[in-house]
Amino acid sequence: MKRLTAENVTAGLLFIFLIFYPLMASAYNVLNMSYFLSMVFLSLSLALIWGLAGIFSFGQTAFFGIGGYSYAIISLNLDIPDITFIVLISALLIAGIAAWILGYFIFYGGVNDVFVGLITLCVTLVLATFMSQTAGSQWKIGSVPLGGDNGINNIPSISIGNIISFERNYLYYLILIVLVVVYLLLRKISHSKSGYKLIAVRENRERSELFGYNIPLIQTMVFTLGGVLAALSGVFYVTWGGYISPSSMGITAAALPVVLVAAAGRKNLTAVILFTIIYYMFSQYLSVTGSEYALVVLGFTLVVVILLVPQGVFASLFQLLDRLLFKKK
Amino acid sequence: MEIFANLFNILYQFLDSFSFLILSAIGLAIIFGMMRIINLAHGEFMMLGAYITSACYLAGIPLLFAIILGAIGVGIFGLIIDRLVICHLYGRPLDSVVATWGISLIMTQGFLILLGATFEGPSTPLGSFVVGDRNYSVYRILLVFIAISLLIFMYWIFMHTKFGLKSRATMQNNEMASSLGTNTKRMNTITFMVGSMFAGLAGGLYAPTMAITPSFGSAFLMESFITVLVGGANPLIGTVVSGGALGVVNSGLSYLYGTFIGRVGLLIVAILFIRLWPFGFSGLIEKKMMRVK
Repeated sequence: MKRLTAENVTAGLLFIFLIFYPLMASAYNVLNMSYFLSMVFLSLSLALIWGLAGIFSFGQTAFFGIGGYSYAIISLNLDIPDITFIVLISALLIAGIAAWILGYFIFYGGVNDVFVGLITLCVTLVLATFMSQTAGSQWKIGSVPLGGDNGINNIPSISIGNIISFERNYLYYLILIVLVVVYLLLRKISHSKSGYKLIAVRENRERSELFGYNIPLIQTMVFTLGGVLAALSGVFYVTWGGYISPSSMGITAAALPVVLVAAAGRKNLTAVILFTIIYYMFSQYLSVTGSEYALVVLGFTLVVVILLVPQGVFASLFQLLDRLLFKKK
Repeated sequence: MEIFANLFNILYQFLDSFSFLILSAIGLAIIFGMMRIINLAHGEFMMLGAYITSACYLAGIPLLFAIILGAIGVGIFGLIIDRLVICHLYGRPLDSVVATWGISLIMTQGFLILLGATFEGPSTPLGSFVVGDRNYSVYRILLVFIAISLLIFMYWIFMHTKFGLKSRATMQNNEMASSLGTNTKRMNTITFMVGSMFAGLAGGLYAPTMAITPSFGSAFLMESFITVLVGGANPLIGTVVSGGALGVVNSGLSYLYGTFIGRVGLLIVAILFIRLWPFGFSGLIEKKMMRVK
């Protein structure tokens, strides 16, 4: 990572910009940026399992929802604001276990490629439909009503004891620090031995199996890790807004990470982060002028990107810059 | 008499569920079996068929012809989509999933913008009859016969026509077929068109029974995927057997616990089934037949 490439320079500049952003921007914009950054984890989770390991999943929003709902239900049931940091970890654990179970059935069953996408899509849709019909008073976990389409409100923010409670700028920096750590870890992983294993699985499963790698185990592990990352995104999202509803898992929400990761360049983590942030900034601007065309634009982007720049727009841009500036082949 | 009425109710539910699964999956199964491409816009193709059928019906064309026009219209639409998008993605199954999903997003939202949230559809024809103390729709019984005759028709196409021979050759060994003089690219295009026509036909057939909305396709989405998933690669054997087996699961669970549990049960059974037999019913049956030989 010490090499000077367009990707590394961009990543460095981006993170420096993000560190100083609260000094330049208004409190409102910082709050929005916290939201954008929390959604970056969702894109990263898909970039990890799709870009690196070649597992195509529509279901990252399911784990986003599981993480968010778990955090909401546990923290509201306990009603002790001081230990919500532990609740965060348990929410991630729950999502991880859910991802592991689903991954176990998918990968040990030898399901691959397109069908992983179909199963995860069906799971996501069923989960979203299930949560949206929980409006009645009989749908309660502990003392927390699930609320159907209205979702759950007044979810407390993350705190460690009564020392620090992550709100506003604190939340922003918490998310940013976790993002930098996750980003560096993922970069590190992708250039380590386990990263090469994942790439081997992506490129040729049969050959890797003949070399003695346990393919289903590797796939299940990385799928679980992806699920935990998506859940992290979900927890940050609910603590940011204090609110979660089934629409955050529905078909539109499930479409978004796929579009973002495909368009940015699924094998390039920096491209994914940058594109996600830019997309959310842009979409907030668009939603002022009318958003009924948003889905059409998204669908159109997907088709065009897949046809013309299958590597992804930003990833191709990085390559081009590398060739121009750093004389790489 | 009471027992007879109950039995008839169960049988009716099963047949209804069976024909629903078969009709919603058949176009998808053809395209997947021949081209290894999953058309995620399948539900939207059905939605387009339903819209064309309703529009023709409102223009005064008899329902039967309206449905046929719907199928032809979607077939032509499929041809255009294949030429514009799919033909560039042969041999890239994951990319084609993403691209067809893009198409499905455009179609759902595009119809919502252009035609609004609801559209007037034809009412269910042929009336109903009474067994015991329940009403049953004659049209739904007719759908069962249509589903079965479509399967027979498909069997005939693929086993007894020149097109079928060539398409099976393309399916089994693309390179070999093309070196023996079959234009495999054209076979793929025709297959995609035929699959789209079946989707349009199914959409048209269900147009009189459901509300015509831009999200019409989402009612079929999960069922069609799961039928193909459980059926496996062979569009003939796979679809029939998995339609039958899943029909039992779906109608049984719906009868006992309601429609939503019926759908969830379908998903869970499919995941468990795939864990045990990854290649679906076609793989299972082919294995059995190989053993006999």
